[in-house]
Amino acid sequence: MDLTLKIWRQKNASDKGKMVDYKVTNISEHMSFLEMMDVLNEQLVNSGDEPVAFDHDCREGICGMCSMYINGEAHGPDRGVTTCQLHMRMFKDGDTITIEPFRAAAFPVIKDLVVDRSAFDRIQQAGGYISVNTSGNTQDANSIPISKHAADEAMDAATCIGCGACVASCKNSSAMLFVGAKVSQYALLPQGQVEATDRVQNMVAQMDLEGFGNCTNTGACEIECPKGISLENIARMNRELMKASF
Amino acid sequence: MALDSKVPKGPIKDKWTDYKNHIDLVNPANKRHIDIIVVGTGLAGGSAAATLAELGYNVKAFCYQDSPRRAHSIAAQGGINAAKNYQGDGDSTYRLFYDTVKGGDYRSREANVHRLAEVSTNIIDQCVAQGVPFARDYGGLLDNRSFGGVLVSRTFYAKGQTGQQLLLGAYSAMNRQIARGKIQMYNRHEMLDVVKVDGKARGIIARDLITGKIERHSAHAVVIASGGYGNVYFLSTNAMGSNATAAWKIHKKGAYFANPCYTQIHPTCIPRSGDYQSKLTLMSESLRNDGRIWVPKNMEDVMAIREGRKKPTDLSEEERDYYLERRYPAFGNLVPRDVASRAAKERCDAGYGVNATGEAVYLDFKSAINRYGKEQAKIHNISNPSEEKTYELGQAIVEEKYGNLFQMYEKIVDQNPYKTPMMIYPAVHYTMGGVWVDYNLMTTVDGLYCIGEANFSEHGANRLGASALMQGLADGYFVLPYTIGDYLSHDIRTGKISTDTKEFEEAEKEVTDRINFFIDNKGTKSVDHFHKKLGDIMWNKVGMSRNEKGLKEAISEIKALREEFWKEVSVPGTANEMNPELEKAGRVSDFLELGELFAKDALERNESCGGHFREESVELDGEQKGEAKRKDKEYAYVSAWEYKGEPSDAILHKEQLEFKDIELKQRSYK
Amino acid sequence: MSRFFKSSIGRKVAMALSAFFLMFFLLQHFAINILSVFSADTFNEVSHFMGTNPLIQFVLQPVLIFGVVFHFVMGFILELKNRSARNIAYVKNNGSANSSWMSRNMIWSGVAILAFIILHFIDFWFPEINTKFIEGDWSGMHGGELRYFHELQEKFVSPIRVGAYVLAFVFLALHLLHGFTSAFQSMGATAGRKKTLQNIGKAYSILIPLGFIIIALYHHFNHIH
Repeated sequence: MDLTLKIWRQKNASDKGKMVDYKVTNISEHMSFLEMMDVLNEQLVNSGDEPVAFDHDCREGICGMCSMYINGEAHGPDRGVTTCQLHMRMFKDGDTITIEPFRAAAFPVIKDLVVDRSAFDRIQQAGGYISVNTSGNTQDANSIPISKHAADEAMDAATCIGCGACVASCKNSSAMLFVGAKVSQYALLPQGQVEATDRVQNMVAQMDLEGFGNCTNTGACEIECPKGISLENIARMNRELMKASF
Repeated sequence: MALDSKVPKGPIKDKWTDYKNHIDLVNPANKRHIDIIVVGTGLAGGSAAATLAELGYNVKAFCYQDSPRRAHSIAAQGGINAAKNYQGDGDSTYRLFYDTVKGGDYRSREANVHRLAEVSTNIIDQCVAQGVPFARDYGGLLDNRSFGGVLVSRTFYAKGQTGQQLLLGAYSAMNRQIARGKIQMYNRHEMLDVVKVDGKARGIIARDLITGKIERHSAHAVVIASGGYGNVYFLSTNAMGSNATAAWKIHKKGAYFANPCYTQIHPTCIPRSGDYQSKLTLMSESLRNDGRIWVPKNMEDVMAIREGRKKPTDLSEEERDYYLERRYPAFGNLVPRDVASRAAKERCDAGYGVNATGEAVYLDFKSAINRYGKEQAKIHNISNPSEEKTYELGQAIVEEKYGNLFQMYEKIVDQNPYKTPMMIYPAVHYTMGGVWVDYNLMTTVDGLYCIGEANFSEHGANRLGASALMQGLADGYFVLPYTIGDYLSHDIRTGKISTDTKEFEEAEKEVTDRINFFIDNKGTKSVDHFHKKLGDIMWNKVGMSRNEKGLKEAISEIKALREEFWKEVSVPGTANEMNPELEKAGRVSDFLELGELFAKDALERNESCGGHFREESVELDGEQKGEAKRKDKEYAYVSAWEYKGEPSDAILHKEQLEFKDIELKQRSYK
Repeated sequence: MSRFFKSSIGRKVAMALSAFFLMFFLLQHFAINILSVFSADTFNEVSHFMGTNPLIQFVLQPVLIFGVVFHFVMGFILELKNRSARNIAYVKNNGSANSSWMSRNMIWSGVAILAFIILHFIDFWFPEINTKFIEGDWSGMHGGELRYFHELQEKFVSPIRVGAYVLAFVFLALHLLHGFTSAFQSMGATAGRKKTLQNIGKAYSILIPLGFIIIALYHHFNHIH
């Protein structure tokens, strides 16, 4: 298929940036979206132009590095996938595809489609851990039985890949799905109880400090999340914060 | 220099304990004055950085990704082994040790493997304490699954995302230390060289991938944890950015490179669909617990399937060749990875491949779904369930076990694997070879350590499933923190290492010159062009099956390709900005050297062992006819290569392997 | 606790709490208004009680006004903060792919409701305040009978006003369709209860505004005839 691409080009953080049109031809429907971008970049390199910078790494939907806003949706029109798992069969010959970086004040653009998501790291550094030392001299793993239900729920929350699609999709650029998932993972496990109060307070405070917006429960994040992280995690975080504060 | 593995004396089960009891320690007050650089933040690097920081050292950690959490350990699916024997099925430290040595086809260092098996149980305790949500059974205790090449269930897992959960655990431990200021984290930084002062590793040169700035960083010791070199094949299950640069640069500065030809080709990956393919996707080996692998028995059926006249589900049991069950009745579909991969290649080479490219076999879940369905019907007291009902009940169980993998398959291939068998084919997955290290995990350069997949590791010539995660975390959490202390105890009076020295200046200049060369070269071909060509040579001539003629051709072809690369490579943009093409150029230039050494090593090792299969070395008769033939008398050694300029000039050093506790036997899975 | 209400989550909890209060008030208001359809006398009596009871007038009324003002002011503050969290807008944004119109436009349905409340104040509340607090007439009488029902009827004569009234309640329904469950979610309602909550929310959000609309239309057409 032949496609027209409208892509955000921005040389660096201080550049103003603009949308630029490109054409690609002979795209196979079995290609992944990033392989289509590879074709474009190969074309640009061969004609002496600068290729489009975009974040990507594992290309199997788990590292959370890829991050495009495609036709008005984070990771494009398919559900439950990252951009690297989005396949061209979702598009038709002759389509025009708009490709933008994830937009949020807390995710400044570094170059073209590459954004800085280190705010997520800082939120985790504020408390996204259990303060256990790494000596290996902890108690036997089976000495704390955890119900299968709780373990499964914690796992569902822990599945978050930290890609930032929730922030990108939210009309308020809120990071609550991400933070909610992290808080939930530990809140659901007995190991996480000891520091529960400080953890949720510190993580929420850091989240606010980073300049993310507030949650208005539109649910866009849950729909666009490639890992299907549930809104329930935000509700749980709200409960945890209330519990911690009163 | 003679290779000294520094394995402690004494009985194997006491070596590690005795060692720990007798090493020199660094007093906590002195640790504060010692800096350590860790390159790479996967399971090995991340756990090492966190633990070293916790012990009190000042750690500087580097990763090329935008966050340590994205290192490619995250993609490991199936699980992590530990000799917990929670299932009471006869597992023990010794059995894990034995399985790993045997699985590695007797090409690993016994003492290292035993230590790995010993600390394996601590890993699970540690991870659970950190909040890693391992799968549990209804009693609330940890669940296990079994993996290829072993007869016990010792694999702990977190759905199909075990690597992710373990990495997030290590990342959380790092975060705690970053918050305390004990780890200084350098995201989006790439190490481009190591700096040696008076023969000791004292720092690195790194490039800030956002600004292009070349930076000098000093430390009392340097730890390389940068992963494997599978991307030398261009197509592999590695991440796009996975590279050998850190490992190769230290090789060029004196670290020997061991067993480069030991590469694991994983049997269950999604087959490639076209030339544009940028990477291959793994389907966890755990699928082989419940999936049966087959191709049609008759060539007419193969043709009919390829042409779309028949569907795989149309074939009766009699028309199918479950070739692993046929050839290896004892282990069946659970033979080790190398065996399963070669068997798939054998069938496809014989013309039985089931997709258009002829490079795919079926992985079928129908029997498992029916089996689980019947079991569920019993549990739910449904008498005489209909076939559909049984299938539905069984599907729910399979979905719970592998749901995310099935979904991933469907997204990529656009076929529903609950309805039609999956198509799979082997793909490059893991490299057992790597930087040579002694028992202390130190390379042949003082103060320079190498851990995780980047070192030549405990996996010998073949790694068993769920052992990579175990090794990465064992190295980082429980081994390196001891061994590095012993070395650093002699460095407490050194004081801060200056970066204003001639050694740093020279290393920086070398790096800058190389970058400027790429920018100024203005060639005619893209970096990927060369990388794909290299990949083709490697896959066709240094792939699953190797022979002398092919390897010699590969060596000369890679050499020629390298020469062309330096003339014709084109890198757009400038050095002082984010420039992904420039990053790739540096990495591919290293792969072009490593690839040749790889082929040279494969040529030198004229035996078949583990992932390394030489067509010249097979059993000619008896029950094992056609199987790989190991030659213990001639090749029971580690090949450690010393850099001398061109890969063709590399000098081979041999570390003889001694097997005192395990008898060398032919590895039979029949 | 002050830290809590300064946090993003604390603020949305405050929004939810004020919303609960307003939704309760709305229910109560509806309950009284619907009486006007069935019995003018009962409506007059209850209205007189509400208009003259000191607890309601001097305690609950200020609380209500505070609640209304708080909900609006906080809504605007949060909207401004949320807007600043995305400094560069998308060229192409497909919001309808992942969220309802109501959820994305609470600020606009809110503004429409605010406009209505202003109108409502001019229509009812200011005259009430004028009568009671400036003229000092607490009798509730006009022309020898309680005046409330009559005043109510008069307001629904003009078709334009009725039209605006109906439109405002459509916006209120839209606001509630998202706001009801959203408030519960903000308060941390769990998934198990969500389905029930969603159904109650839908019923409330449609039935109450619809009820107000029916009351308005009832009086409009009744009065004309």
